[in-house]
Amino acid sequence: MKRLPSGGLWLILLLLALRGTVPAHAQSATPSTNDATFLATLGELREADYSAKASIVERLSQGGHPSVRAVLTAFLEDRLYYHNADQPSDQKVFIVKSADADPLNLIDPLSLKDAGSAPADSLTKIGTNNGLRRTLRTTVAHFALASPDAGVRLAAVQDMLRSLDDQTVALLRERMGVETNSSVKKEIATGLAIAALDGSDTAARLQAIDTLSKSVSQDVRNRLATLSDKSSDGSFAESDVKVRKAAAAAVESIDRWRSFYAGIETLFFGLSLGSVLVLIAIGLAITFGVMGVINMAHGELMMLGAYTTYVVQMAMPEHIGISILVAIPAAFIVAGLAGIVMERTIIRFLYGRPLETLLATFGVSLILQQAVRSIFSANNRSVVTPDWMSGSLRLNDALSITYNRLYIVIFTMIVFTLILMVLKRTRIGLDIRAVSQNRAMAKAMGIRTEWVDAMTFGLGSGIAGVAGVALSQLTNVGPNLGQSYIIDSFMVVVFGGVGNLWGALIGGMSMGAVNELLEPYAGAVLAKIFVLIGLILFIQRRPRGLFPQAGRAGEDK
Amino acid sequence: MLGLWSGNAGGGLHKDRGGTSFLAVLAVVAIAVPVLNQVVPASSAFHISAFGITLIGKYLCYGMLALAVDLIWGYCGILSLGHAAFFSLGGYAMGMYLMRQIGPRGVYGDPILPDFMVFLNYKSLPWFWYGFNHFATALVMMILVPALLALVFGWFAFRSRVTGVYFSIITQALTYALMLAFFRNNMGFGGNNGFTDFKDILGYDLHSDRTHVVLLVITAIALAASYMACRAIVESRAGRVVLAIRDAESRTRFLGYPVESFKLWLFVFSGIIAGIAGALYVPQIGIINPSEFAPINSIEAVIWVAVGGRGTLYGAILGAVLVNYAKTYLTGAFPEVWLYALGALFVLVTVFLPRGIIGLVQRGKDK
Repeated sequence: MKRLPSGGLWLILLLLALRGTVPAHAQSATPSTNDATFLATLGELREADYSAKASIVERLSQGGHPSVRAVLTAFLEDRLYYHNADQPSDQKVFIVKSADADPLNLIDPLSLKDAGSAPADSLTKIGTNNGLRRTLRTTVAHFALASPDAGVRLAAVQDMLRSLDDQTVALLRERMGVETNSSVKKEIATGLAIAALDGSDTAARLQAIDTLSKSVSQDVRNRLATLSDKSSDGSFAESDVKVRKAAAAAVESIDRWRSFYAGIETLFFGLSLGSVLVLIAIGLAITFGVMGVINMAHGELMMLGAYTTYVVQMAMPEHIGISILVAIPAAFIVAGLAGIVMERTIIRFLYGRPLETLLATFGVSLILQQAVRSIFSANNRSVVTPDWMSGSLRLNDALSITYNRLYIVIFTMIVFTLILMVLKRTRIGLDIRAVSQNRAMAKAMGIRTEWVDAMTFGLGSGIAGVAGVALSQLTNVGPNLGQSYIIDSFMVVVFGGVGNLWGALIGGMSMGAVNELLEPYAGAVLAKIFVLIGLILFIQRRPRGLFPQAGRAGEDK
Repeated sequence: MLGLWSGNAGGGLHKDRGGTSFLAVLAVVAIAVPVLNQVVPASSAFHISAFGITLIGKYLCYGMLALAVDLIWGYCGILSLGHAAFFSLGGYAMGMYLMRQIGPRGVYGDPILPDFMVFLNYKSLPWFWYGFNHFATALVMMILVPALLALVFGWFAFRSRVTGVYFSIITQALTYALMLAFFRNNMGFGGNNGFTDFKDILGYDLHSDRTHVVLLVITAIALAASYMACRAIVESRAGRVVLAIRDAESRTRFLGYPVESFKLWLFVFSGIIAGIAGALYVPQIGIINPSEFAPINSIEAVIWVAVGGRGTLYGAILGAVLVNYAKTYLTGAFPEVWLYALGALFVLVTVFLPRGIIGLVQRGKDK
């Protein structure tokens, strides 16, 4: 049983009683007198001892001033300071943004606006102790629970679950009656069930275990596991056999679900890594499949796309959220044009000599790398992740999916579908397919194969640029960006079969998934090596990949 | 089968004038450089410094690597983008011997364990380090390990008829995977620091000029021997088959030649030459680390061959020396320019000089 801090219970009762009255109180007082009272009460904190501070905190929370929550949160986090001055009237209280900074950035406690900065030694911190912090935490949690924003309430409940005591349980029970949001309700129910475990009524405890077994949270699991712990003399810490068995079963069920969700998460990681590989491999599949050109500069075209993202962000620093949407077509155009220039100036002289093409494009890749180094320096450039792409989608306690990876999977699917449509439904797509199947015949039918070559190469390169935009959200943007992925994506092309979009899709996704699935067991490096060995064995059976090109186009001479 | 590989195909197609001049130049280098270093006083303008000796030794090792690449690419059309893997493995075999030679003179003074093992809390020597205190082991391993890798890898690759660019990509992945593996500390090969701080080889101090001169001469002899071996192979009747495979693989197969085993043995032999080159490289340079496996090194080796002129053997060596001389000069004088120059070299040589410098010279003669 947790012990109550002195005065804790009556504080709670008082708070509960006041819950309904706070708004009324706030409305009745005129703003200026309210501000003055608030400041005066706040001022008392400077001199008071800890028990007096607790009562001041309580008066502050009753006062219902709009900024009281921010002030108390700051107080809890040791960010409440006052000016060193001789006259008490000059010892103004401030919130500081971060206690580690010097000079301290000040925030006015009344308006919560920036109030300049001051050297750290000109301010004194208003101290707290354990008992006071407990009071503060409860008070702050209470404010959070009353917040109209369900997200804030959920976070508050989750925070409280970590340190349950009688006060918080009382708060939760009281909130349960009025809560409308289902996920907040669920969390509260979990909290109440954890509390109920400590009770003496077996039926209630079994009921609580039943409730908890539906959770997948690590904390809940650990709490239940303690019920089946043995103490050092071999006897069970929990005397009730029924409860013990139920708890053990619940732990097992939670573990099963947790490992299931962990599996899903790994799979998702694999798919998102795979998506990147797919994006890269689609471009390679187009240039290699249609033209028989291994483009070693593909990675560098990707790098161009990533740097385009960076430049676009630099150009529109006010609109980071939109910049990435602008960067996609921009990167497509930049990389696509670079590809077309490459094709017109170098590659077209080397058709039919795949090994020479490989070397020449490798040369281009070196030049592009060095060019980027000369222009942007060898250091990595940071591309800002827009707000709508950061954070993660929390599906439950055991499974959350980061938005940037989620969007990349979706984005890959969109690009894939688009390319498929372009190849199947448009005139240029028809031309591209005709040239890839039989160049001479296509030429005889009046298709300008040279033009188609340039367009195809431009398309493949453009997709590389788009892949670069996606990569800029996952890794550092630097001159070596292209190299780190290019070998993997060549593997995808070899695995999937040259010149086949579906091969690129399935190959990329499975390579990504296998990589991520192996990683926890073998480590990143060994996983890569296993994948490579697996690939070498795989091409023993299917030398031309999963989806081989049929007919004469498949022969390399 | 063995008979095919030996004996000259005759016909007097090749007088090999280029090869003769190459061997002559090599002999001059092997004699003149030691003299210029050891006899000519340091004050003289003709004196070659210790740094110069190391540099020339390095070029010759690269020449051997280029020779190995040319043998399979120029004559059999197999473009390996992973030859640096064999080079590095040979180097690591030599490095392991040199590490054991340090003995108790290491920083930690452990008589058995090399410094990095003490540092990484190894209690005893890993099994694959046994025997490396003998030079003979290193000698065997620097041939055996690359040969075995080439054999196994080549067997899998050629058997399933992985050809052309596919083969290039797979070899590149191979060397990349090896690089990643050797970067791991728990592989027992020193992680990313690799091996360095060597003291002596066969009892001779590795810091003395004299040892370096001897190593240079040995390298020159090894290069000459490998050149003559490669020349013998390509001039033999088997060499004719290899050429036929390069020009029309399917047709050669239909004529009844076991294309796969021809390719495999040529590949293994090429791997061995690369391994020996690596083993000679390490004591002269004084360090071996996983970055030697980097794919770019293999690709650079290919461009040496392309610059010199593939399918000539001596052209490959010429290319290796020229490109590396340019690299030494440019990375020193204009570090920014080197990658531009190398990149441009790739493009210009493949587009305008498909037969390299040797091709250019021959064309000039024909006119």
